[in-house]
Amino acid sequence: MTNIKKIAVLGGGVAGMETSIQLNRLGYQVDLIEIEDKLGGHVRNWYKLFPDHKPADEFLEKLISNLSATDVQIKTSIQINAFLRKEKKLCLFDQACEFGVYDAVVVATGFDLFEAYRKEEYGFGIYKNVITSAGLETMFLGKTIKTSGGNVPKRVGLVHCVGSRDEKCGNLHCSKVCCITAVKQAITLRQMLPNTEVFCFYMDMRMFGPSYEELYREAQEKWAVRFIRGRISEAAQNADETILIKTEDTLTGRQLKMNVDLLVLMVGMLPSKGTTVIGKKTGLDFGMNRFLKVKDEHYHANETNQEGIFVAGSASAPMNISDTISHARAAATAVDHYLKTTDHERFSEKNNIRNLEKALHEK
Amino acid sequence: MENNNQKFIWREYQKEIADDHFFYVRSCIRQAFFPGSETFFLSFMRNQLGKDVFEDARHTTCTGIGFHGDVVPHETIMTVVARHFALMTEAGYRHVAISCVTSFGIYSEILETWKHFPEIEEKIHQKLILATGRDFNKPDTIAHTSDIIYKFRNEVAAKMKYPLINLNTGEPLKVVEHIGCHYSKMFPQYGVGGAEFPQVLAGMIKAWGGEVVDYPERRHCCGFGFRQYLVQANRGYSAANSKKKFDSMQSYEPDFILCNCPGCTMFMDKWQYTIAELEDTVYGKEGLGIPVLTYEELAGLVLGYDPWDLGLQMHQIPVETLLDKLGINYDPEKKFITQKGENIGTPLIPQHYNIGLKTAGTHSGCC
Amino acid sequence: MATFGFSILKDRQIDYDNNDHRLFRFIEEQEPSIRLCIGCGGCTAGCTAAGFTGFNYRKLNYLLMRGETEHLQKGIQQCMLCGKCKLVCPRGVNTRNMIFALKRAFKTPLWEELQKKINV
Ligand SMILES: Cc1cc2nc3c(=O)[nH]c(=O)nc-3n(C[C@H](O)[C@H](O)[C@H](O)COP(=O)(O)OP(=O)(O)OC[C@H]3O[C@@H](n4cnc5c(N)ncnc54)[C@H](O)[C@@H]3O)c2cc1C
Ligand code: SF4
Ligand code: SF4
Ligand code: SF4
Repeated sequence: MTNIKKIAVLGGGVAGMETSIQLNRLGYQVDLIEIEDKLGGHVRNWYKLFPDHKPADEFLEKLISNLSATDVQIKTSIQINAFLRKEKKLCLFDQACEFGVYDAVVVATGFDLFEAYRKEEYGFGIYKNVITSAGLETMFLGKTIKTSGGNVPKRVGLVHCVGSRDEKCGNLHCSKVCCITAVKQAITLRQMLPNTEVFCFYMDMRMFGPSYEELYREAQEKWAVRFIRGRISEAAQNADETILIKTEDTLTGRQLKMNVDLLVLMVGMLPSKGTTVIGKKTGLDFGMNRFLKVKDEHYHANETNQEGIFVAGSASAPMNISDTISHARAAATAVDHYLKTTDHERFSEKNNIRNLEKALHEK
Repeated sequence: MENNNQKFIWREYQKEIADDHFFYVRSCIRQAFFPGSETFFLSFMRNQLGKDVFEDARHTTCTGIGFHGDVVPHETIMTVVARHFALMTEAGYRHVAISCVTSFGIYSEILETWKHFPEIEEKIHQKLILATGRDFNKPDTIAHTSDIIYKFRNEVAAKMKYPLINLNTGEPLKVVEHIGCHYSKMFPQYGVGGAEFPQVLAGMIKAWGGEVVDYPERRHCCGFGFRQYLVQANRGYSAANSKKKFDSMQSYEPDFILCNCPGCTMFMDKWQYTIAELEDTVYGKEGLGIPVLTYEELAGLVLGYDPWDLGLQMHQIPVETLLDKLGINYDPEKKFITQKGENIGTPLIPQHYNIGLKTAGTHSGCC
Repeated sequence: MATFGFSILKDRQIDYDNNDHRLFRFIEEQEPSIRLCIGCGGCTAGCTAAGFTGFNYRKLNYLLMRGETEHLQKGIQQCMLCGKCKLVCPRGVNTRNMIFALKRAFKTPLWEELQKKINV
């Protein structure tokens, strides 16, 4: 029997792959367990990445080649159905069989897209020319952007905050990446269809990452993307299948209506089904936004309420790729620290933190 | 995929509609302007379906229009509605059937208010006891009468004589539906199918063979408003809203408009005439106007009731074009003769919308 | 008064410190959800009244929050009470009740007092 500790990483998206690579580099034996038959997660469906327009497949190839250089065991098409604690170890079950026994588990099961049909006033699934941001990425990948009638759209509208920041669908949180995704997609549209007008309808432009604000500027300056500040209240189909949208142009204080040939809904991020199910089965806490709750937003951003279970990437909150990678690396460090410290040390560390917090509080 | 999704959406908004034993509350506007509608509803429910629908002569207006027009205070309207609940309780009923969307909105809002603020409900109990010596129980369910016809739409379809098919073309009739703001904009969960793709009227249209037209301004208000219409000088504002809808639906050439709310029915019907007189714009395929029906009138027509018994002579936009498409026999001579044989007088012939002058005075389309 | 063929312009700046904020506090107490408004304009986008009149529910919220009470009363008379704004609002502002609360406020002595101030 070897002494090497074994770790299960659930989810083979960016977060899961990067965590696995780092843990393996630290000398652990890692099983990367993905429910689907391919690795890559959502990024597999994207065309180019913000902020630098890097082709998504190029990025993934690099990640996968890094992964192949390790001896991480990749197990695709596996669904873990049950968990059992055996002393300090965690036992994972696939169907009813024991799949493996691990010293630690990292949950990297990612996000799902908001189901756009739920915002019924936008008519997704009813009007043919209403699509989602994910659908637009698919069009980009196929290099054809056509309306239902098979024509090149002359005008495209991008609607921010669909299914995010919206009490009406129960999602109070901001999905963080959709503003910049809209800017990226607007630029790609203008590049691919130079004669097409592109409009973004936003409530706030949240350009939180490095080079994002610059990309927004570029969209205005170089690509003449038009930005209108107002929430779209409804979309309706005209007889010719174009879409009529209504908003308040809040910066002029007047109602505005406009016909677009294609309406793109920037759908938000919700915890994936896998994230929710695994979280429930392992007794993890969930945050207000229903993503997995971490122990501390600043200092323990990968630890959960369950000992030995960690979280990486967008299973814990909406994230872009660079933050996902940082979070994944941090998860590896956290696991490493956990496995290297004895119970006694961890206990005293907890006490130290508690004392520190207490001291700060008293101050 | 399209239709699947559409079904999926409104399934989330299914509401409970009682099956029998209704306490019926009439509508001021419906009985005044579409007098055949409520008569049909009662006759259909009682005689064709054998249901128990109870009316109390002591029932009054809900005062909704006064409330929205700023002349009736909130507490007053709550007490008036509480009194109706008291009449219902005394008669041993638990399900209210409401004949007006304004009332329906008022009832929903009051019940919702009481749910969140029980102390207000308690206060109203006290006020009602003080004023009338009555007390009340809240109803188990409230339904708009269109909900009830929606519920029994397949029963209507089974007995249907005139499906919504254009006799001349064999095609389904194209129908515009308008559910009225207060049916589900305030509380989507109280309406069948919610607010964006409501099913209450669409379900009837589909069950009876017609096709629903989804035009861009489908969800826009008819413009009734309350104080907007009540003040003469503001009526242009009210009519402008209806006009917005007509302009938007015109290119679809709908065969008729089906309304949920008696107020909307009235304005969609009468403003067409007003717009024609003021701006010379006429709607409908041949510029003959787009007939506007209540759902009771429509159910009555497809079941083979006589159009004049249903009160269709009271409409501003003549309904004859629609009757012809459906192949319904009617006696033009009897249009303005009551069942007792009295002549109620023919309207002065407006310049527009004269069936007799079909070819002479036609204006084609709008815009 | 002397006539020089011109008059001295009134300052149109929102004078936050000198504005009277009691009306907003009154409304805020009755309908606290008004605080949640983020000015997205969703309410006004589909508003029956905004299309044909100068009425703008979003602006009304903000005028009220800044203590600018002059045009409120005329404004809300345009409202059809159709409820579309409430259906749309992503922040769950109870727009309808806020309008009712304003109507109630117009019947209070506070409003009379504010009116006098405005007319001075
Ligand atoms: C439209 C759109 C465009 C975007 N464009 C960009 C961009 O240009 N640049 C950028 O930086 N970011 C972009 N993002 C964000 C980016 O997609 C995320 O940052 C990234 O996908 C997060 O990776 P993840 O591994 O955390 O989650 P995911 O990508 O969701 O991966 C999760 C993985 O877990 C698997 N899984 C789920 N459940 C289970 C289970 N029970 N067991 C095992 N495995 C499971 C899934 O199959 C999946 O492979 C975009 C997002 C959207 C919505
Ligand atoms: S990132 Fe932008 S589009 Fe996405 S939810 Fe946040 S504000 Fe809305
Ligand atoms: S929709 Fe709601 S949040 Fe947006 S401006 Fe109107 S009241 Fe404010
Ligand atoms: S209720 Fe009033 S403010 Fe709201 S949308 Fe209707 S008319 Fe506009």
